[in-house]
Amino acid sequence: MAAIEAEKLRRTYNQTTGFARRRTKTIEAVRGIDFAVSEGELFGLLGPNGAGKTTTIKMLVTLLIPTSGTARVLGFDVVKGAREVRKRIGYVFGGDRGAYDRLSGLDNLRYFSELYGVPPAVQKRRIPELLELVGLAGREKERVEGYSRGMKQRLHIARGLLHDPPVVVLDEPTIGLDPVGARELRHTIAELARSGKTVLLTTHYMYEADALCNRVAVIAHGEIVAEGTPSDLKSVVADRTVVEIEAFGLPHGALERVRSSPGVTSVSVEERDQAQLLLVQAPKGLELTQQLLSCLGDVRVGRVSAREPTLEDAYVTLVTGA
Amino acid sequence: MRAVRLVGLGWVFQMKMLLRSTFDGFLGILWPLFFATTAFLMFRVNNDGRTLLYAALGASVMGIWSSTTVAASSALQRERWYGTLELVVGAPAHFSLFLIPITLAMSTVGIYSMAATLLWGRLLFGIGVHIVHPLLFALAVPATIVSIGLLGFLLSVTVVRYRTAWALGNALEYPVWLICGFLVPLSLFPGWVRPISWVLAPTWGVRAIRQAALGGSPLKDIGVCLALAVFYGLIGTLLVDTVLRSARSSATLSLT
Repeated sequence: MAAIEAEKLRRTYNQTTGFARRRTKTIEAVRGIDFAVSEGELFGLLGPNGAGKTTTIKMLVTLLIPTSGTARVLGFDVVKGAREVRKRIGYVFGGDRGAYDRLSGLDNLRYFSELYGVPPAVQKRRIPELLELVGLAGREKERVEGYSRGMKQRLHIARGLLHDPPVVVLDEPTIGLDPVGARELRHTIAELARSGKTVLLTTHYMYEADALCNRVAVIAHGEIVAEGTPSDLKSVVADRTVVEIEAFGLPHGALERVRSSPGVTSVSVEERDQAQLLLVQAPKGLELTQQLLSCLGDVRVGRVSAREPTLEDAYVTLVTGA
Repeated sequence: MRAVRLVGLGWVFQMKMLLRSTFDGFLGILWPLFFATTAFLMFRVNNDGRTLLYAALGASVMGIWSSTTVAASSALQRERWYGTLELVVGAPAHFSLFLIPITLAMSTVGIYSMAATLLWGRLLFGIGVHIVHPLLFALAVPATIVSIGLLGFLLSVTVVRYRTAWALGNALEYPVWLICGFLVPLSLFPGWVRPISWVLAPTWGVRAIRQAALGGSPLKDIGVCLALAVFYGLIGTLLVDTVLRSARSSATLSLT
């Protein structure tokens, strides 16, 4: 039996605009997706902002009712068996909201233990264990309002694990964390999967998905556009090479010239302080560097290099349809 | 047993949150004293001890109403703002076991409000608090607090469904002062106001408190007050699941 199953899962939102003449617009956030996560698997749901990741997660954790389709967690329907699902699922979201700032970390954990029906005797053992796991031991009596973002995030993880759920859903858990904090959290997530828990992770960070996930699904515009192991997804761009060009002040039209240059499969730009990093995908074996540089004209160019495609390149290709 | 423990601990944590905010604490202490001072200054012109006690008791229930019902609506909105509302809804415990401690904590502040008002009147305005029926008074006060608390519970349920319903608590604050007869007798209002007053437990609560303190028969008022409290509690509990389902359907549990 799959730990998480979604069949033709769909969710729309109604958005009203106007004052005197009110108009209701229906937005399709999730458009009938299907996926299954096996027990003990660490499954990644990747996608850009507004792709439908959080909506999908909220349907799975029973906070939203699907417009149509079904979803089950350990065999329980997320609508008809919401209470049973809630007993078996831990939900952690990113950011610094989701805790009572005026209470201590310990009081937060005690209160949520009660809400999750954790018996007092179990709480006494479980809470110190979790504080140790997330690295908050010794700081639990401080008020949450004084915690750093990373500490709050680790508190969320501890809260999500209080009732020892077999299924853990993590919605962008490393967002806004510093590199060291994010690395520690990734280590904790890997530990959860090793302990046999089923983990559903959404993230923007491809290296995170590549390092952690057994399988990933890429969601764009509410639809799953690819699903498989990170290696499977990388194979989408396996026949390509990626040329990285660091440019300082790209002139108007240069990007279009690069994009329409013969042999170029896709182009994306990352802003890096005063520089722009051009990521140009092209068929493997095709020597394009001189041609690309001539497209850029007189712009000052820094580092130029070619490399093998990563999961991020595959992701960009999938979500942009390039 | 587990439900009792959850309500008890919920009350402790809600009280901790209330008491730890300097701003809320400061307002919570001063606010009832403002109500009381306004009422005492208005009624002092009569120079009648009974009238002043009538005003003091009305002002004390004003404090209970404001701190319980209005604050309960804001507390739920704060949960939404903190991002904890979704987490609480996503927990297996019944949602009413989360709402009840919030209204109980606010009612506790209401008890302070009553005591502070009467003490303020005694110390600064020399209003003697002579209670004719102390036992009935001791029954009328908790009945009023419980009924106002459960009205707050009913209002809180709507806050869960509608993101802006917290404003309802604020909007009701001053009209209820008037139509429940906290400061002026209901007989001064047009006849059509009275049916509205009758379905509001504070009307019966303040009447019961005054009857017990000034001499009269408060038992009927206490009975109606408690009956309305039970009614609010039942309607609120029955509505919780429907409202939560509706909130999950219309996606109003989060801020956006």
